[in-house]
Amino acid sequence: MSASSTRETPPVRWGLTLLALAFLALFLVAPLVAVLAEAFAKGWDAYVRALSGDDTWSSIRLTLIVAAISVPLNVAFGLAASWAVAKFDFSGKSLLVSLIELPFSVSPVISGLIYVLLFGLQGLLGPWLAENDLKVIFAVPGIVLATVFVTFPFVARELIPLMEEQGREEEEAALTLGASGLAAFWLVTLPNVRWGLLYGVLLCNARAMGEFGAVSVVSGHIRGLTNTMPLHVEILYNEYDFVGAFAVASLLAVLALVTLAVKSALEWWHRDELAAAGH
Amino acid sequence: MIEVENVSKRFGNFAALDQVSLRVAQGKLVALLGPSGSGKTTLLRILAGLEQPDDGRIRLGGIDATGLGTRDRKVGFVFQHYALFRHMTVAENIAFGLKVRKGANRPSKAAITEKVHTLLELVQLEGLAGRYPSQLSGGQRQRVALARALAVEPRLLLLDEPFGALDAQVRKDLRRWLRHLHDEMGLTGVFVTHDQEEALEVADEVVVMNKGRIEQIGTPAEIYDSPATPFVYRFLGNVNAVACRVAGGQAQVGGLHIGEGRADGPGTAFIRPHDVEVLELSPDLPQARVRQVVVLGPVVRAELELAGGVTVEAELSRDIKDKLGLRRGLEVSVFLRKARVFVGENV
Amino acid sequence: MAVLALSLPRRAPSVIPGFGPTLGFTLAYLSLIVLLPLAALVIKAAGTTLEQWTAILSDPRVLSALGLSFGGALAAALINAVFGLLVAWVLVRYPFPGRRLVDAAIDLPFALPTAVAGIALTALYAPNGWLGRLLEPLGVKVAFTPLGVVVAMVFIGLPFVVRTVEPVLHDVDLELEEAAASLGADRLQTFLRVILPAVLPSLLTGFSLALARAVGEYGSVIFIAGNLPGVSEIAPLLIVTKLEQYDYVGATAIATVMLAISFTLLLAVNLLQKWRRAQMGG
Repeated sequence: MSASSTRETPPVRWGLTLLALAFLALFLVAPLVAVLAEAFAKGWDAYVRALSGDDTWSSIRLTLIVAAISVPLNVAFGLAASWAVAKFDFSGKSLLVSLIELPFSVSPVISGLIYVLLFGLQGLLGPWLAENDLKVIFAVPGIVLATVFVTFPFVARELIPLMEEQGREEEEAALTLGASGLAAFWLVTLPNVRWGLLYGVLLCNARAMGEFGAVSVVSGHIRGLTNTMPLHVEILYNEYDFVGAFAVASLLAVLALVTLAVKSALEWWHRDELAAAGH
Repeated sequence: MIEVENVSKRFGNFAALDQVSLRVAQGKLVALLGPSGSGKTTLLRILAGLEQPDDGRIRLGGIDATGLGTRDRKVGFVFQHYALFRHMTVAENIAFGLKVRKGANRPSKAAITEKVHTLLELVQLEGLAGRYPSQLSGGQRQRVALARALAVEPRLLLLDEPFGALDAQVRKDLRRWLRHLHDEMGLTGVFVTHDQEEALEVADEVVVMNKGRIEQIGTPAEIYDSPATPFVYRFLGNVNAVACRVAGGQAQVGGLHIGEGRADGPGTAFIRPHDVEVLELSPDLPQARVRQVVVLGPVVRAELELAGGVTVEAELSRDIKDKLGLRRGLEVSVFLRKARVFVGENV
Repeated sequence: MAVLALSLPRRAPSVIPGFGPTLGFTLAYLSLIVLLPLAALVIKAAGTTLEQWTAILSDPRVLSALGLSFGGALAAALINAVFGLLVAWVLVRYPFPGRRLVDAAIDLPFALPTAVAGIALTALYAPNGWLGRLLEPLGVKVAFTPLGVVVAMVFIGLPFVVRTVEPVLHDVDLELEEAAASLGADRLQTFLRVILPAVLPSLLTGFSLALARAVGEYGSVIFIAGNLPGVSEIAPLLIVTKLEQYDYVGATAIATVMLAISFTLLLAVNLLQKWRRAQMGG
């Protein structure tokens, strides 16, 4: 049988390849280039000036704080959930896994809305919060909660299939050798899933720093106080400060590129381990 | 010494172990032999404390260990797929059990290094201390798993299908090596296998299991020469199972007397192929016709049709085959050296 | 929650410790972060009277916004199904220089914050933008029209299709294609009758994931949409607008309808997949 019977002719191959690359150039490369071009449209000095405003710095600070709280929370959750799901058999397990993935199918705006309905002034707990002088909505706690919600499944979703594939034998071996449950987790389980964990943390962090819709609903857009970087981009853009908006956006774009680079490196070097989670 | 008393274990509706009792004397190497689903691995895991029995007691060295956790049993367990810690080197794997000890029980760093070295020597892997499990062959992984289990100086060594995942030649070598190692160390050992040859060659004592029950316990010779049940007959070695009738204590197949039965009624006679002697045609002995002759290296297998259409297989040497001129269609006489008859339907 | 709580005691015993604490923490955290706030939405929706529902859902502005969110998402998901399959095919089948770089870039919409994507797409497709300038003379307006909404939704949904189809395409047995060829099928017939049926379930999964994501999308859409009520205003934006006017009932009603339709769609796709698997016998 000739090789061509299961291959396309060169013109077809090149035609399809060029069409696919053109599509990707249009939808992926062009926006990225546009961000950098617009950010530097008025030169390097204008770019630096745009980034040196106080509001910009406070938005960077808040973004880092929000990520620094929400990522560890979801790591703790991801580790606990994957341990319970992967190392034990219990009824209702598939329901639990579906519920963990639930936030992915909720619109970011609705993710913010539900916290407003719970903690807002007219919300279920609103009057009680007001009485005790606690502020969640239009304040940092609301931003953190909304971020935790939208990034909720990232770590657990990486770890559950990974731990399920690795099974229970190594932990059992550690126990027969006299290790405590905690030692087995710390010395055996955790090192075995470290790259998958890092992968989940990476994606979780990228989303936490870049989340817009959910955070926008609960933030109240108070400059210098409740503005994260993506929200600050919006404000600058709506004020027609395009260089400023794209300058802050360029920082987020760099974060995205670094995330992609590290992610690709992880996939390349630790393919075997990550394969369980379908990467 | 291990004492298992009336241990039962169910998984849902499946009875993995049903009232199992067993004693293993100090220093013996015992094989749990049976087909998959016979409960042998469950019993081993219960001994290790990896499963809890629903019912019954376990005593290790005279002390009740039934409720004792895995950590506190001081058993060495070698997993079927070794369960080596994949992110640790060979040396770190072996040292693990010593490193996780607490306080005064934990040996010094130097002592651990020394111990690891001794064990690596014992399992003949001196040069591979720095390797990771993924860089080892199956046989090497097996020996690392063994060294790791021995490092904690267990009073009991448990092995789950220790040679199951290895290819034939490595399997044979490791089998002998394990037997020698056991003799040198004098440890009590229990291993699970579904391979009769493995059980008969390596173990002091064989426990044959089926459907969650023990069929027979005995030395390899006892098990092979005097199987206690039809199951053991079928499971160990080749056997001819011939349906027969017992009347007046005599078992008959198509007029041919083949053995003695304890009660009257239908039954099954079990005859090992090497207990079927093939002779030149003689009027004093039952006759048979050769239906097929297969030469398997030094031995010859012949399919013989007895009177009444019953077919049995005989195993004989090349010499006898040549002497008789055994070939298809030849009429011969047979003599059954030994047969055992179990009375009852469907045995 | 009740279902989970009831099922707690029924678990197979294991020597591995930590089941209680880890499952307890998992359920508590899940309840606090996800289930309780979602329950707040349900409670709010349940407290809405029938008159309020009819008033909100018969408002042309609401209907138009829901129509645009779902219609635009459907169009974008269809475009992504076609081009996502093409991209996956090229990435799996045709080695070309820089293939790995392109493969890594596919995930950009996952990694790039949506607001950044939104202003970038707007800059490109605005009448004076690089692409908008080219399209303007042709009479095609993208930015500040429903078409712009679709463009943003295509961007955001692309990786879902590529990433679900890619591994399946990779695993299509070459022997099947050779068998088809040996039986006289030409290349197109082999693709349509052998390869496409094999990747169809994953394509459907990718399609539904892209659809679900686009329906709820906010950040990348609102800049390019122009947000003209009744024309290019998407449902999530209308929720935000209602919230800013302290119309919690209106916001809740739209959110509830969106979630209900989304979940129904995902459930339907899941059932379809299950049915298909049952048909294929495994």
